[in-house]
Amino acid sequence: MKELKILAVVVFFTLVTYWGVEPYAHSVMHKHVEGHDFKYPDINASKVKGNAQNGKNLIASCAGCHSIKSQGIKAPMDVMNASATYGVNPPDLSNAGAIFDEKFLIAFLQNPAHTAKAKPNFAMPPSAGSEQDAADIVAYLKSIAPKEITPKEAYVTACGRCHANSYGKWTQIGDVPKTKFNIKTKNDVKLAEFKINVAKYQDKLADYMGKLPPDLKVIVRARSKHFLETFVEDPQSHLPGTAMPRVGVTKEGFEKIYEYLESTGDPSKAKREKVGPIVLGFLVIFAILAFLWYKSQWKGLKD
Amino acid sequence: MAHFDPNAKPFTKKWLNERLAIETIERVMSTEYWIPKNINFLWAMGMVLAATFGLLLISGIFLLMYYIPTTKEAFNSVNYLIMSQVGYGWLWRHIHAVAASVVFLIIYIHMFTGIYYGSYKKGREMIWISGMLLFLTFSGEAFAGYVLPWGQMSYWAGMVITNLFEGFSKDFLGGALNFPGLVEWIRGDYVPGQAFIGRFFMLHVVLMPLAIIGLIVLHFGALRIPHVNNQDGEEIDFEAEAEKWKAGKRKESKVIPFKPVFLSKDVFVLSIYFIFFFYLVFYHFEFAMDPVNFDPADPLKTPPHIYPEWYFLWSYEVLRAFPKNPGLVAFGFVQAILLVLPFLDRSPNVAPASKRGPFKIWFWLLLVDMVILTILGKLPPEGIFTILGKIAAYTLIALWIALPFITKAEKPIGGR
Repeated sequence: MKELKILAVVVFFTLVTYWGVEPYAHSVMHKHVEGHDFKYPDINASKVKGNAQNGKNLIASCAGCHSIKSQGIKAPMDVMNASATYGVNPPDLSNAGAIFDEKFLIAFLQNPAHTAKAKPNFAMPPSAGSEQDAADIVAYLKSIAPKEITPKEAYVTACGRCHANSYGKWTQIGDVPKTKFNIKTKNDVKLAEFKINVAKYQDKLADYMGKLPPDLKVIVRARSKHFLETFVEDPQSHLPGTAMPRVGVTKEGFEKIYEYLESTGDPSKAKREKVGPIVLGFLVIFAILAFLWYKSQWKGLKD
Repeated sequence: MAHFDPNAKPFTKKWLNERLAIETIERVMSTEYWIPKNINFLWAMGMVLAATFGLLLISGIFLLMYYIPTTKEAFNSVNYLIMSQVGYGWLWRHIHAVAASVVFLIIYIHMFTGIYYGSYKKGREMIWISGMLLFLTFSGEAFAGYVLPWGQMSYWAGMVITNLFEGFSKDFLGGALNFPGLVEWIRGDYVPGQAFIGRFFMLHVVLMPLAIIGLIVLHFGALRIPHVNNQDGEEIDFEAEAEKWKAGKRKESKVIPFKPVFLSKDVFVLSIYFIFFFYLVFYHFEFAMDPVNFDPADPLKTPPHIYPEWYFLWSYEVLRAFPKNPGLVAFGFVQAILLVLPFLDRSPNVAPASKRGPFKIWFWLLLVDMVILTILGKLPPEGIFTILGKIAAYTLIALWIALPFITKAEKPIGGR
């Protein structure tokens, strides 16, 4: 039928144009980085076996900077003092065993800057006397890690001390507090003080990193999942020379983080998937009725 | 003085007829608005465009209720307020973004249909010209709208496009055609900022839509006297054929009434189009919302690749293919030349391109060349792409220069 032939021509030129300006153009513009599924092939697996009990005895050396809230170990400094001292607030280690890769952590404890592919001014010094000590500490962190952590907890531990997520109400120093303004003056002093602390923290962070790490509120729409995956796995692979360290998350850890980013950057996904089939189903029925009307009107009009 | 029946009950048909002539309007506008029978689904593109414009208008009204046109709030009002706080805000935004992109696909199909069937000739010149004015106003509307989310591409595309108004370079004619002040005047600042976003917001939601609606009325009005063309370019005596239809000779008559016969086909085509359209809205909207624009505008960080939306790529590539001054001339030429197409085509034939000898080759070359320019317009200007871009741009200009000569030499069909 002639109309179908015309349609085929229209569809052909539309698809060629689409292919050219979307998949093809983007493949030319962005270099392809092959992922390693968070296996970190450049780090050799540790041959020693960690002992959690020994690790527990060694943990004091970590607690000099880090808190482990789940074990009742408080941070020696509050977040503002920590940022003034180190440039960044050291993470709480309660969930570290749940999202970071084991062999990465063992190598990291012995040589943090090198393992993280970070700048020489990396805040954390080598912190394990031997591979055995490192393995013991990691075994301990694994033993205290919760079985299941929330997407937000994963984000906070792995990303949240450098990257705000304003759509998730997260700042580098914690959640935006729920405060009340003074009804007579409309002032909210508590919130204003919090904002000043965020600003001070960000200034220190920018000095330490070279620039303020971006707010990741809507990063899932700005970068593909493949980009984020390979970037988190090794930031240098996309941006040679970037100050962002390799944080060493596991595949599962990344999936948790991505889930959180999706919840702030693409919150309508679930609704979209629910409403889509209903709208399309309605339109298919509409099209069938429209076709029947068309056939009835054009009946007997042509030879 | 008109006659008003004092006994007519208010709001009955008779009462309304005496006051508003509703039956006459219905007859003139639809039941006795005659359309040739010999048409295909491409003749429904006008209706598809009207429907898409309707979707843009309705979704735009909903977005307008929440969008905040300030450099500080614009990005978050779109990406946070509308996307997660407003009920179904995400749906309106995705409809608006997809429709803004797809409307240009349909415009191009509509344009190439007109060129293929010669629907701009012999009394139909004003249809073509009003249509091209619509294309230009839609382009302005799309550009203004693209600025509003205030992402990286909004900012930098706004920067690059307003820079065009600087005119020719300083070394040309001692800078007589160089207007750096004009760029600042348009922006209201040295760089895109608050004044810029406020102005483009006004253009996008008031001035351009008003112009578009006015032009749509003109475009429809322009159809009335010459009537719609048909698949064979046949000259139809619409009055005689209409009489045949009214006499019940539905098969013999070469025309059909707009309502209900033509409309039934339009609605069927629309329904298929809507399936395609809403499939894109729900499952494939990324093509219409560039990822780069989800990074907030940052005057200190130029994106590595700046490109316009796909529908501007062919003219952008023509601009890029030359150095600054000739580039501007070529860019202006390929835009403006479309307006005068009815006068460049010197052949008396109103017929599909397939029956017009060399014009057939001209048509397909034009289409292929514009697709190639579109693709090259997005690719980085490096190596082979630069060379291909130059060839394609020269080809486009050459095609337009050749058109009067090709059509002049065309043999009249059927002794007309």
